[in-house]
Amino acid sequence: MDYRLGEPIADTKAPDVPIAERWDRRRFEAKLVNPANRRKHTVIVVGTGLAGGAAGATLAEQGYHVVQFCYQDSPRRAHSIAAQGGINAAKNYRNDGDSVHRLFYDTVKGGDFRARESNVHRLAEVSVQIIDQCVAQGVPFAREYGGLLDTRSFGGVQVSRTFYARGQTGQQLLLGAYQALSRQIDAGNVELHARTEMLDLIVVDGKARGIVARDLVTGEVSVHMGDAVVLASGGYGNVFYLSTNAKGSNATAIWRAHRRGAYFANPCFTQIHPTCIPRSGDHQSKLTLMSESLRNDGRIWVPKAKGDTRPPNEIPEDERDYYLERIYPSFGNLVPRDIASRAAKNVCDEGRGVGPGGQGVYLDFADAIARMGRAKVEEKYGNLFEMYERITAEDPYTRPMRIYPAVHYTMGGLWVDYDLQTTVPGLFAIGEANFSDHGANRLGASALMQGLGDGYFVLPATINDYLARGPHDTVAPDHPAVAEAVAEVEDRLNLLLAVDGDRTPDSFHRELGELLWDECGMARTEAGLRKALERIPALREEFWRRVKVPGSGVELNQSLEKANRVADFLELAELMCLDALHRAESCGGHFREESQTPDGEAMRDDENFSYAAAWEFTGSGEDPVLHKEALDFEYVHPTQRSYA
Amino acid sequence: MNLTLRIWRQQSSEEEGAMVTYRVEDISPDMSFLEMLDVLNEELILAGDEPVAFDHDCREGICGACGMVINGQAHGPERTTTCQLHMRHFKDGDTVDVEPWRAAAFPVVKDLVVDRTAFDRVIQAGGYISVPTGSAPEAHATAVPKEAADFAFEHAECIGCGACVAACPNGSAMLFTSAKVNHLNVLPQGQPERETRVLDMVAAMDDQGFGGCTNTGECATACPKGIPLPSIAAMNREYLRALRKEKSRSKG
Amino acid sequence: MAGTGVIMLLFLVAHMLGNLKIFFGAEEFNGYAAWLRTIGEPALHNSWYLYIQRTGLVVAVVLHGVAAYQLSKRDIRARPAKYEHKRQRASYATRTMRWGGVILGLYIVWHILDLTTLTVNPLGKEHHPYENIVADFRIWWVNVVYIVAMLALGLHIRHGFWSAAQTLGAVNKRRDRALKITANVLAASLTAGFLVVPVAVMTGLVD
Repeated sequence: MDYRLGEPIADTKAPDVPIAERWDRRRFEAKLVNPANRRKHTVIVVGTGLAGGAAGATLAEQGYHVVQFCYQDSPRRAHSIAAQGGINAAKNYRNDGDSVHRLFYDTVKGGDFRARESNVHRLAEVSVQIIDQCVAQGVPFAREYGGLLDTRSFGGVQVSRTFYARGQTGQQLLLGAYQALSRQIDAGNVELHARTEMLDLIVVDGKARGIVARDLVTGEVSVHMGDAVVLASGGYGNVFYLSTNAKGSNATAIWRAHRRGAYFANPCFTQIHPTCIPRSGDHQSKLTLMSESLRNDGRIWVPKAKGDTRPPNEIPEDERDYYLERIYPSFGNLVPRDIASRAAKNVCDEGRGVGPGGQGVYLDFADAIARMGRAKVEEKYGNLFEMYERITAEDPYTRPMRIYPAVHYTMGGLWVDYDLQTTVPGLFAIGEANFSDHGANRLGASALMQGLGDGYFVLPATINDYLARGPHDTVAPDHPAVAEAVAEVEDRLNLLLAVDGDRTPDSFHRELGELLWDECGMARTEAGLRKALERIPALREEFWRRVKVPGSGVELNQSLEKANRVADFLELAELMCLDALHRAESCGGHFREESQTPDGEAMRDDENFSYAAAWEFTGSGEDPVLHKEALDFEYVHPTQRSYA
Repeated sequence: MNLTLRIWRQQSSEEEGAMVTYRVEDISPDMSFLEMLDVLNEELILAGDEPVAFDHDCREGICGACGMVINGQAHGPERTTTCQLHMRHFKDGDTVDVEPWRAAAFPVVKDLVVDRTAFDRVIQAGGYISVPTGSAPEAHATAVPKEAADFAFEHAECIGCGACVAACPNGSAMLFTSAKVNHLNVLPQGQPERETRVLDMVAAMDDQGFGGCTNTGECATACPKGIPLPSIAAMNREYLRALRKEKSRSKG
Repeated sequence: MAGTGVIMLLFLVAHMLGNLKIFFGAEEFNGYAAWLRTIGEPALHNSWYLYIQRTGLVVAVVLHGVAAYQLSKRDIRARPAKYEHKRQRASYATRTMRWGGVILGLYIVWHILDLTTLTVNPLGKEHHPYENIVADFRIWWVNVVYIVAMLALGLHIRHGFWSAAQTLGAVNKRRDRALKITANVLAASLTAGFLVVPVAVMTGLVD
């Protein structure tokens, strides 16, 4: 697969005024919908995580008729619930020099200068409102004895701006959004379809007008029409099979939208989190994250010798390599996520990894226990240690933890403008489903901020403008575009059931995941990516020839759901590899071995690659068209990151 | 290790179900219970049988999707979610019985999948604080005593898995409902709706066909998040208080 | 359930303490029984208080039973299918609330016929409760009935008292343990207090 270069693309919605005034100005310029008319507008929201839940609740509060979907049995189960660490906000409660501008600056820099300044600045602005909103909803953030909110510093930033609720911040924020949504469901303003999965987008006269969805219990394929469609369906990290995503997390909604005309931006930007529990065998079905905070006190090391299989406690101090402290003396174990992950991969590739398959490094708390005492360590990390022990049956107080990087988050997603609208008018993408704010690397505790910012504050303000600029004439249920979308969905499901081959959907998913992990994971090379680009179409062809899906389409059929998602991953993976191949520079989570400094650090190429790559779909297996959105840095000037 | 599984198979809510026996071999003690079922399902698919349907999603014990009764215990022998239960807690040669949550309010959808939307309806009845987006005051406008914040958090931890209902001989949802009532009613932000919340949520709970509480304590024993049994007493206190207030209000 | 249970529990404590007067001999015990009829005089006519109390207790018993019936019906409806894998659940006292309650209900009927209306009492001499009791406990099966009923009572109170505290919202984390201990002490002392009477008759201590 190759690509063609198309016309450049640009965001035309951010007003041309100083950055701090843009959001105010945009809200003022946006047309409004008369409150009395809002009920007549139906907005479809796909997904009920932080972004979708917040957007659904807020749009319904404003008076719109919201029709919302989630594949889970309840909106409360969206994978935002698993976020542990916290949520950033520029409250400056610590009086430690934080500000909207500093959060903006940190985010642009942390994203390795591949994000759009306007969007990031707005995110920093709304961050303060998010905290107010969540506290008013009853989110039980950690508090100090004086009754005020506690914050901590997170992910290597120098200010303490992360609000948290023990290790369950995502859960508490999601439940807040879920409760707000529940209130609107009870009021009849939101029509919720749980256990219902979006399988296609309906585009009529160039505008997004509805979706085709399948009821996962009865198998019924149904059409839902509206005046706008909002995708809040999350990221695509599960393309790797093993990731910290939920098992059901999938790319189908955004991929189907991409096939219908929405550009897909920066698909190769994936974040690999350094501190996950390593896999224990081939049966592994997912990976579990351990909070990054562990790196504050744990020391990371591997044996100096290759293939050293002695138990860790029997390896003497001078035969250990504390490689992060050695290579990055000033940041040590606290280097950013992408650097820590890559360093772990490097030592394992050298044959010095520990644990089953040599895919792990030690995170050792012996020094911390000696320094602070076991009780103190227990107080700080007790629940994490417990979780580790439950999963591995090893006691981290007496034996160093084993950790290994795992796919965690995808910065790429549907291309959106300042209004969060995709290239299909009327189709919006929010949260992890879009590409907007994190550039090539996301900072810790910023995912929750972006999801809620988009859902509570940004989309509900920008979507008015689209809805107000109607008319949105009713689309007849027998419109050819509707019939075509339904027929395509049904044909595809029937085809999956009809193949009746000899391989399970999971076996394909695993194989694809391994290939991507090897060639489009922590380090990428031209040769590897080319190899993957050859292998993926072959695997896809094999999938459609050999997949086996038992049962029928008119019942709860989890194999069919899975197969349908894997089919989309098999297309998306190819675009990821192509994007990674074309971006012959290293930036953030995208590390091309050909582009590194003499001491092995990522080297950006601003001259050639200071753009967001927005890909246009032209057909399955066909060459896509690349549209470049040039990134201008007026306020934060690009510099090379250095942590040595 | 090798195990004999007796799993509840039921094609749909309308059809009768039964326990069906399967053998699984070469199970690693490091597998989670769900990964063991994955192994079984891969074999079933290749043999042309339908795999066992079960709910699961995050597989790290927080989303609340998974849940099955294993050897008569909700989520099995460890106090955790099914996805965080590992096979090392079983012995080679064991026979393991796997059944869905059983309660009238949680009808079986298929095999081990049950319909828990009754929980959502209890929350919809009042498990929230009414604060439309944008109307929130500055977060530090109201200080919350740490004790209240901790009490709220302890109850907010509920993951809505339904183990409490499954374990309760009466299929009661008191622990679930009380967790949300207590989370919101103790906070200053939750005060304006304090009475209506508990009255409406309890009424919704009764409407959904959950049983009454006879204080057997099975719910709290099964709860993977450790919501304590006194949570129910605290809700009863809120309920009686709300009834009193309601009465004096209707008089006034 | 909790409200009526507490009313009955208070009565039982008084009843049990009153019973112990039997150890002070026939005269004092019969005198005590006679005094019970005079409570409330002269405002109330003789025995009126007793009838008020009896009415109250009958209402409590009936309401307790009706509530138990309704709750059980609802609970059984809420859990129509049983688990295939049977497993011992909760404590013995908790599991036996329903059947224990039925046993106690039947016992109360018999107990009233025996010592209030004297219909089935072997002696049946009015205004001589001491003698009637002694006559009762000389018969082995009366002892068996009584002992079984009192053990059921103990179990019922053991779960019932803590359960009532839970229902009325009196339990919190700090008090939980204390309330459980109180429930056990109450159950044990009521059972023991009621059982010493037949034991004393059987051993000839009371004659």
